[in-house]
Amino acid sequence: MLALGQDEIAKYPFLADAGQYLKDKGFTLEQFGSDPDLKQLVDKAFERIRVAANGKIYKSDLIGDQVSKEAALPREVFSFLLAIVLLKLSGMHTLIKRFALAEARRAEKYLEKDLANISDESKKELAIRIIDDLFSIQVEKLDDYFVIAVSDYLKHSINFHEREWKLINRHVENGQVFLTPHETVRLIRKELGTYINSKIINAKTPTMIPGFEDSVNKLVLLSKKFITFTVTTGEYPPCIKHAIEELEKGENLPHSGRFMLGAFLLSKGQSVEQIAPLFKNAPDYNERVTLYQLNHLAGTSGSGTQYICPSCEKLKTQDLCFAIPECDNIINPLQFGKKRK
Amino acid sequence: MQEADIKFLEDSFKKYYFEHFDLIRVPERTFEREFGYQKFNSGMTRHISIKDDKELHLLFMQNIPSDVYCSNAYYSFPNLPMNEKDWKEADLIFDIDAKDLNLSCRENHTVSICNECKQVSKISEHCLKCNSTKIEKKSLPCKNCIDSSKTEVSKLSEILIDDLAIDQENIHVYFSGNEGFHVYVHGSQFQQIGSRERSELADYIMFNGIIPETFGMKKFKPNRSSFPDFNEKGWRGRFSKQVFSSKSKRSKIISELLVNGYSSFQKTLDNVSENIGVKIDPNVTMDIHRIFRLPGSINSKSGLTKILCKNLTKFDPYSEASFLSDESVEVFANCPIEFSLKNKKFGPFINEKVTVPTFAAVYMVCKKLATIA
Repeated sequence: MLALGQDEIAKYPFLADAGQYLKDKGFTLEQFGSDPDLKQLVDKAFERIRVAANGKIYKSDLIGDQVSKEAALPREVFSFLLAIVLLKLSGMHTLIKRFALAEARRAEKYLEKDLANISDESKKELAIRIIDDLFSIQVEKLDDYFVIAVSDYLKHSINFHEREWKLINRHVENGQVFLTPHETVRLIRKELGTYINSKIINAKTPTMIPGFEDSVNKLVLLSKKFITFTVTTGEYPPCIKHAIEELEKGENLPHSGRFMLGAFLLSKGQSVEQIAPLFKNAPDYNERVTLYQLNHLAGTSGSGTQYICPSCEKLKTQDLCFAIPECDNIINPLQFGKKRK
Repeated sequence: MQEADIKFLEDSFKKYYFEHFDLIRVPERTFEREFGYQKFNSGMTRHISIKDDKELHLLFMQNIPSDVYCSNAYYSFPNLPMNEKDWKEADLIFDIDAKDLNLSCRENHTVSICNECKQVSKISEHCLKCNSTKIEKKSLPCKNCIDSSKTEVSKLSEILIDDLAIDQENIHVYFSGNEGFHVYVHGSQFQQIGSRERSELADYIMFNGIIPETFGMKKFKPNRSSFPDFNEKGWRGRFSKQVFSSKSKRSKIISELLVNGYSSFQKTLDNVSENIGVKIDPNVTMDIHRIFRLPGSINSKSGLTKILCKNLTKFDPYSEASFLSDESVEVFANCPIEFSLKNKKFGPFINEKVTVPTFAAVYMVCKKLATIA
């Protein structure tokens, strides 16, 4: 574990050991429920979650990377730790996820500032160490850039769907990718969110603390807002339509295209017997092989793995994507035509 | 394929295997590899593990396979079903195949064989005799096909070395035994990356998914100074050399690009991509569980051997990868395209009975352009 100073704990509260922190400060959770002064912090914690749930970043009392008032610092940390207690008591996973992501984005701001800090070498070092400790990425400073190994870059960048994150759109030299401080921390946002999320999930759920009930009930109500219903139009996406047309014309659809089509239709609930006739016009059609391969895809033979339809990104690489505006930035053909209500 | 043809191919392959065990070696870290093989007119047998050269040679002698494969991946338990193998890592692999290069020479040496009536005709989407669309295309790659594939291999090597910091000694180029090359990269930083990461790497090498901004072109208020310099490294440098062609023309061409605007620049990129992107088969690179033809084994699509190319520039597959015997064989050939093997010319043969050396007979039988008389 990293040794953190007071400022750092306020900036990166998820690195602190919650129980130990409270003990060190001489508090118990029960006090926060009963003491009128401390109870304000429970409200502050609720507010921290509410803001996060709405997709915003909690505006902290930190100014720049300094604490505004000496007293504000423990309050920063307390509100974070109490927010976790409230989330655990409410048991609402959608809120936990949203909170973790918002907290990750909050920490991201500080990490970026610390990385770019030219006047204080130790701040930069700490940010580099946090990235290494948490995500095993070795970041090196090179002139105005931060460089990381291409393989490390790829492990994280594949989670992005914007084209600017594709390796081809990056400055690559000598096995390394060159990034700005902003890009360096942006690269690990999801993992930072996952890290905070798992810390919360793995934290013990305390029994209900008197004085916390109101906030917990409010959280349960709040989470209802985020339940979504989806409706589908039932229309096939252009990649699937294209594949079916190719087969109807008797064109030779590549293996990857057949894989996509089979996996897609199976996911949509069609049976192997319903799908197989689609392939009968293929130049190399063989009923036995087709059934074998479809059963393999469905997981009814072979290893039992049920294969899923490849992502849009993968289909682009394979020249199987024929995106139209209605695709609307989906990341997998299976999402085509789904509308949230 | 008919019984007599299979017997002929099996006999010829067996003789080669027996006489050339020196060329067939187990790869390093043998215990961690998955092996597989196919027999003529039969399915794939895979998930096999092999101990050493002796066991491998036994597999060849007992089964007389048409094709033998070995994984580029390393597993704890290579002989278990896929999801129990415990994948550890995999060498990077690139497949460059002449058929993917959009070469204009292709139609001169490709024929369509009808799966229904067996008619061999000039390249066509349907059978000229019975109109069936069940067509199998067979190509007899020419020198241009091989040379163009070599150019792609050189482009690939340059990116691997310059951009991705891979040591030249860790790049091994093999002739695939048919129409192209397999490039293996050992011991790089990429050994442990998964399929999605490899797919991104493939896009990088192929110059896929590029956006104009990467080369300095912006939608609003583009700026001259963000265009790449002539001597820059990586894709920006390769782009400069292709588009500006010389340092002195850079400024003038940037002005033109700025006048033509953003969407025209996207088209420029698409055109450039055709020239500077490396034409690899991305499906091969991103598959981390695939088994590849074993070096030293014969490719049953041609009867030629998959071998290491020590000197790629000089390498001639039609003299260096043909190891079968010179013994004469009588075949009934319908091979409308002339071809050369071991510095001898053969064909074209139009529905005729001919006597040719075994290596040429095997080549035609593998291509389904001849049968044993």
